[in-house]
Amino acid sequence: MEIPYTTKPRPDTGLYNAKVGIWLFLASEVMLFGALFSSYILLRVGAFVENWPHGLLNVPIGTVNTIVLIVSSITVVMAWASLKMKNFGKFKFYQAITVLCALMFLGIKSFEYRDKFTHYEVWKTDGTRMTGHIEGKPMFLTLAKVKAAGKEKIGFIPDPYHYSASKEVKHTAKEHPGEHKTVEIAVSEIKRLSAFVPAHSTYFAIYFTLTALHGLHVLGGAIVIGFLFGPGSKMWHSDPERFTNRVEVAGLFWHFVDLVWIFLFPVLYLL
Amino acid sequence: MSEHPYDISKHIRGYLIIGGALILGTVLTVLASFIDLGHHWNVVLALVIATVKASLVALYFMHLISEKQLIYTVLGFTAFFFIGLMFITIAAYHDHPALTTTN
Repeated sequence: MEIPYTTKPRPDTGLYNAKVGIWLFLASEVMLFGALFSSYILLRVGAFVENWPHGLLNVPIGTVNTIVLIVSSITVVMAWASLKMKNFGKFKFYQAITVLCALMFLGIKSFEYRDKFTHYEVWKTDGTRMTGHIEGKPMFLTLAKVKAAGKEKIGFIPDPYHYSASKEVKHTAKEHPGEHKTVEIAVSEIKRLSAFVPAHSTYFAIYFTLTALHGLHVLGGAIVIGFLFGPGSKMWHSDPERFTNRVEVAGLFWHFVDLVWIFLFPVLYLL
Repeated sequence: MSEHPYDISKHIRGYLIIGGALILGTVLTVLASFIDLGHHWNVVLALVIATVKASLVALYFMHLISEKQLIYTVLGFTAFFFIGLMFITIAAYHDHPALTTTN
């Protein structure tokens, strides 16, 4: 049985069915991310400044990733336009760039995640707190694991300032960056030890929830766009109009993924 | 949306201009974050730039500038519920107990 209205518009909607479907799906996605943004706002306004890490994300890397997604949005619409102009070669070219951009975005994000998993905060029993790296750059270390390993001290390379420091302290530390010396901290003096993982704080919990969910969308979109670039592109030779519509629907999803990142970037990295 | 190959080719330049504007908007967002306008106004400015960028993507890349009525109806309902959600969020914020001690 043939699926109806894959190319011809349905008389009552004036649209082919897949287009109505993707827009209904995107409407549900707006509410999904809207609910998470709402959670972010409430967590942020309900948190004390000293418990809300700020300035820990790498802005240049985030900017590059934003530009990578924007470029992919341009190429995805250019790929669709190429098909409309019956230029299959150009479609392949733009679609390949889109997939490469998606992989680049995910690669950069993985690098950022790894950086967070090896970055720690130490809460000492005397009330002081410091952020930095543990010698050997281990991932996901906790106080329980350190104690289980029978260690009495850890080598810690502290950051020049804690994220809750005043603007003046941060400015001075940036103007006069000292040497990154390793200090030894007795395990008995540590109250809590956590990498920048979701369990660290509400900030990282919502940061990883939002960016991981967005990352999964990028991955899903890349798989579909990759399929339309590769084996799925055979349809161009048998049913070009239907194939063009498939590319348009995948493109609409991709633009939405870009649109979400446009809000995530300033909210998480800059504010 | 235009269907004729010639009509589409006329849009290509527009897509590139919009793409350039989005990259420029990203650079502006980063630069604006380094200007101390007071936290409140920094948030407002960043969200205004993000909204302009998102509108460009939706209107031109997603072709919402010339869509069928049904799509607008669906998005009208979405906007209604999204604004409602944000209204509840802001209302909850104003109903938040005052923060007095750190944990």
